[in-house]
Amino acid sequence: MKPIVKVIDLGKCYRLGGLDAGYLTFREMFGSVLAAPIKRMRGKRRAPSEKLWALKHVEFDVLPGEVLGLIGHNGAGKSTLLKIMSRVTVPTMGRTEVYGRLGSLLEVGTGFHPDLTGRENIFLNGAFLNIKRAEILRRFDEIVGFSGLEKFIDTPVKWYSSGMYLRLAFSVAAHLDTEVLVMDEVLAVGDVGFQQKCLDKVHEIRNQGRTILFVSHNMAAVTRLCQRVILLDQGRITKAGPAHQVVNEYLGASLQVQSVCEWPDPLTAPGSAAARLRRVRVVNREKQTTGSVDIRHSVGIELTYEVLQPGLVLAPKIDLLNEDGTHLFATYDLAADWRYNARAMGWYESTVWLPGDFLSEGNLLVHASIVSHTPATATHAHAPNAVTFQVVDNQHKDSARGDAVGPLPGLLRPLLNWTTTRRGQEMSPSRVETSDSFDHSPINSAEMIDK
Amino acid sequence: MSSELSSKNIDPQAAIAVGEPTPGSDAEFGRAQSHLPDNPLIINRPEAESVLQTLHDFWQYRELLQFLTWRDIKIRYKQTVMGAAWAVLQPLLVVMVFAVFFGLFVGVPTDGLPYLVFYYSGILPWTFFANAVSLSSMSLIGNANLINKVYFPRVFIPTAVVTSGLVDLVIASLILLGFLIYFGFSPAWPMLMLPVYLLLDVLLALGLGIWIAALTVKYRDIRHALPFILQLWMFLTPIIYPLSVVPEKGRGLLFINPLTGIVEGMRLGLRGRLLSFTAMTLTVTTILCILGCGLYTFRRVERSMADVI
Repeated sequence: MKPIVKVIDLGKCYRLGGLDAGYLTFREMFGSVLAAPIKRMRGKRRAPSEKLWALKHVEFDVLPGEVLGLIGHNGAGKSTLLKIMSRVTVPTMGRTEVYGRLGSLLEVGTGFHPDLTGRENIFLNGAFLNIKRAEILRRFDEIVGFSGLEKFIDTPVKWYSSGMYLRLAFSVAAHLDTEVLVMDEVLAVGDVGFQQKCLDKVHEIRNQGRTILFVSHNMAAVTRLCQRVILLDQGRITKAGPAHQVVNEYLGASLQVQSVCEWPDPLTAPGSAAARLRRVRVVNREKQTTGSVDIRHSVGIELTYEVLQPGLVLAPKIDLLNEDGTHLFATYDLAADWRYNARAMGWYESTVWLPGDFLSEGNLLVHASIVSHTPATATHAHAPNAVTFQVVDNQHKDSARGDAVGPLPGLLRPLLNWTTTRRGQEMSPSRVETSDSFDHSPINSAEMIDK
Repeated sequence: MSSELSSKNIDPQAAIAVGEPTPGSDAEFGRAQSHLPDNPLIINRPEAESVLQTLHDFWQYRELLQFLTWRDIKIRYKQTVMGAAWAVLQPLLVVMVFAVFFGLFVGVPTDGLPYLVFYYSGILPWTFFANAVSLSSMSLIGNANLINKVYFPRVFIPTAVVTSGLVDLVIASLILLGFLIYFGFSPAWPMLMLPVYLLLDVLLALGLGIWIAALTVKYRDIRHALPFILQLWMFLTPIIYPLSVVPEKGRGLLFINPLTGIVEGMRLGLRGRLLSFTAMTLTVTTILCILGCGLYTFRRVERSMADVI
């Protein structure tokens, strides 16, 4: 299939250090001002300084209708790549070809003039994106309607909040009819409601068969939106492939996710005279260490610890926190074998299984500890932030997400049963409607009716 | 007949795809396929693009120039009490001061023109020129956020500064017309050349504005040097004095400064005379050279502008 965007052996080199202009004396400056055109013609160059290749040998194609994600750490070259594609800057080597018009979704308020009204800025913004005035006029109401800023459209945008800025900017760009749309970290601002609206719009754009290049640090959004993802590291493509694979690899490689925490030295291991934690792991169903888990699958937290004193009743415990720092729950070992019986000295390994279709997507943080509740409550070992892992919801349609796109709020995401029956008559207000709607719920509905 | 014809033209695959969207599946990739042009619309490579391509871009983005001009006009007098009156007031006040000090007190000869007309005919092209050049020099830096984020012909930014000044120039020119009527000038056909001189003034401001704007991106020193240079330049132009006070030998040299030709042309025109052919040729040539150098330098700097700014 013929690609709509071709990136061929692309390289971009920046010279490091201050630009030479600052070091010129006045005499040199005037000299170079006058000589600049001549010097260029002769092809003279200044002494080479230290170079940084922001991109090197980057090569890929984008097919029409594809949503391609670009991920990587700060400074990996994502934005440089988009800048070259949209002709903001030139490559040092290689080339990009776009077989269609390209529109870029600008950063908040870029191209807006604070003194102009929202209405005026829509037209100005459109002009920067090379949308004809007639085109904007035709879709003006749609653009304003989407932004939800009808009341403020004749207010100078300097009175706008940053969220309002973004809404207006997104609305203009989203109504572009270009074949290729470039988005650089645009979903970062705005409230949840508008983010959802943006994501829906992106899906709509995608379903129109338009091509999207999407840069974001929001891995959940990348996994949901993109079919294919390219991972950039230090200006090179380190991985390209299906979104969830690349995102998982990226998260696994990045320092933020630590799926194993080990204390090889007993002296530094968290613990007391009674017990010591030696290792905490996040494991998948096959008992392999993993940093990222499918929302539908169960995940285990494995604690390896040493018991140093005999005669104590011990329980391994974990606390699970989400990325906002909200404490989701605590759980400790209640298995009868260990609940009331003192442990012998030695090594133990305990694993707690968190079920699939239970946690919400995102990063989760685990505090691990060893506690006693009998005869008295005591904490023998505590390892805060021991491990982290990510729960990924890849839109397989059979998770609790179903067909929904965009952020799905909530601390947990259980997959629950719903029952619906078609009623033959209108509901009469006096009757208590419990039997139909709670049929298969865990609470026994028959009991409730009996009462 | 016609419906049959049109239905044949629809790519069957595309029609199916549009009718039955299957998000997430590979089938949807094919939808835009049939519309892809054979040659890329946008190519970005290290080599400079052709002049033809540049002109094509200018044409593509022609509405942007209008919008930028309109924006600059709108912004210029926003939140000012007097608004566009400043366009008139500024040169008028300068002329008053000049007329009183240099005319009445010092007694500078004016080649037979009334003081007000004499100074105004010099100040009019000068004010436009100086404003345009100094505003142009900072224009690219002032729009750095745009240059860093979106592609458009960058030359439109300094160009819009100059074109937005045209409104001021037209208003100020009407004042000159008012003076001529007030002082009872009799119409003479060389006066028809006045708009031509003003046009040359605009081209000069454009050429130098573009040049300076391109250089300021790299050499920020210019913004410090420019006010000083402009001040000197004003004295090298016969604005507060007539060309006739300059020794005969030096006059030719003064004409290397294209503004001399413009101001002198204006004043000769008011007296019903024309600039000499040699002086006119020199002035036009210099202005075209400056415009050419400006555009050339700009083109060179333009492509790496986003990295430097």
